Amino acid sequence: MRATLAERRIHTDMKPLWFKAATATNPGLLVRLGAIGAVMLSVTGAFAYTGGWLSPERLTQDRMMAAFRDANGTHVGFRRNHAKGVCVTGWFESSGQAAAISKAAVFKTGRVPVVGRFALAGGMPFQPDAPNTVRSMALRFLPPGGEEWRTGMNNIPVFPVNSARGFYEQLLAFSPDPATGKPDPAKIKAFLAAHPETARALALIKKRQITSGFADSTFNGLDAFRFVDAAGASMPVRWSVVPVQPVAADEAEQPEAGDENYLFDDLIAQIAQHPRQWRLIVTMGQAGDSTHDATQPWPEGRQQIGAGTVTIDQASSEDGGRCTAINYDPLVLPAGIEPSDDPLLSARSAAYARSFTLRAEEKHEKPPSAVTPEKVQAGGKS
Amino acid sequence: MTAQPRFPAASRLLHWLMAPMIIAMLFIGVGMAASVSRRYDLLVSIHRPLGIAILVLCVARIVNRFINPPPDLPHTVPSLQRFAAKASHIALYALMLVMPLVGWGMLSAARYPIVLYGPVQLPPILPHDLTLYAWLRDLHSVLAYLLFATFLAHFGAALYHGLIRRDGVFGSMASWKSMQFARTNRALIQNSTQTPEP
Repeated sequence: MRATLAERRIHTDMKPLWFKAATATNPGLLVRLGAIGAVMLSVTGAFAYTGGWLSPERLTQDRMMAAFRDANGTHVGFRRNHAKGVCVTGWFESSGQAAAISKAAVFKTGRVPVVGRFALAGGMPFQPDAPNTVRSMALRFLPPGGEEWRTGMNNIPVFPVNSARGFYEQLLAFSPDPATGKPDPAKIKAFLAAHPETARALALIKKRQITSGFADSTFNGLDAFRFVDAAGASMPVRWSVVPVQPVAADEAEQPEAGDENYLFDDLIAQIAQHPRQWRLIVTMGQAGDSTHDATQPWPEGRQQIGAGTVTIDQASSEDGGRCTAINYDPLVLPAGIEPSDDPLLSARSAAYARSFTLRAEEKHEKPPSAVTPEKVQAGGKS
Repeated sequence: MTAQPRFPAASRLLHWLMAPMIIAMLFIGVGMAASVSRRYDLLVSIHRPLGIAILVLCVARIVNRFINPPPDLPHTVPSLQRFAAKASHIALYALMLVMPLVGWGMLSAARYPIVLYGPVQLPPILPHDLTLYAWLRDLHSVLAYLLFATFLAHFGAALYHGLIRRDGVFGSMASWKSMQFARTNRALIQNSTQTPEP
């Protein structure tokens, strides 16, 4: 004991005055230094845990992006999903009818500019157009005052999954096997067995009417939202855009060889001919209608409101188009439209944000899109 | 213990108001950038107004610092630590001010609406430019990690003053007991004047 004290004295002789004073008057110095270290470590650990670095099994934005990469390969500068698309512009003419259930400025009677995007689902920006590929329409409504509304809709009646985890597992299950280049049927079977909601949704999706092109497709918002009126009352809603132009069934014949962009070419040619229109239909949900599960359709016969008409009168390539530097984040909503309890809304918003950042970072390396400005200039003759 | 004067009340109020806000902001930021869960929407909708509140309070704090200068460090603090204290405080002030501006700027460059609450929005402060957005978005992350590191250093140094050096620096910002503190201080000052050190 005496030896250690002597040692300590020798040791502390090297230390500055305050340290000697501290050790002499406070024998618990090491304990207190240790406590400071423990606090520092705990705070750093909590920060790392929050950032997902300590939980490899947690589904993060980066892991979602990695799953897209595994499924589709690397395509620098493109959206990670719905990668092949064209920009469009036009306007929304509100009928004023939805103003009774939503205070959003966009629903007041009048005209609002719209910047949109038509695309094919999937992360392959050069995939050949095919009738069965899911088609999408994204819209950005720009009412005066800056309260934007952005929405992305698909030509399917329900969404195939109802959670971020389900989406992630679906991506992995349908990813091509590196050995065969095709999805592994056993993986798909296991995925569907684990996700009966997806099996049910895929059956509904398979039965959908496939039309001849983008212009005569109905696009559904799929996720539920809530409309809030001026008095603060809210109700669950889903929305769709339904073509005004006559609907023609898909001819079911394979597009001509080399006509890889026939759906986009047709759309560009049709818009150049005369503007195309869709009616914005808002379906009002009732108590018991699922708002948190996008795989479930609402019962037939729910009351619907014709909120107005979307007119698209110009198309342009993504390269230089007005939709390119925009993230069609489904949570960009005006006051009067609120998210529901659907977990896909947060998942989409988060994944889109990450995809948007990645392609912004890669912008200078991006190759030309499938539908180039020259092709649009030529009137949709790829 | 040395007689160390306290920070003025306004300075202490601003410090303790902003400290939990900034720590919450760092955790919300790193959490939302990793999340695809239901919490993402909530975290983002807190992050934006909280960031702007920090920006406003930070400007108030800089003004306050000129009106109410902080007390000097005790003479016992070595010059290297004195320098580290000065540098880390400049870094903290700079980051508190720049982080919200970079956040506001990057949302502007991406043309995300900058919604504070309901219909209350801020105007964009930069042109719509994807490359500019990418640059600011990366900067926002780098500065966030830097701010977290600076906060850790600041917190560690505060604990070091409070638990190891016990030189009154910790109490000059952290002491709640103003009366008792003043009394002890007075006693210490009287003591030190009456009985000079040998």
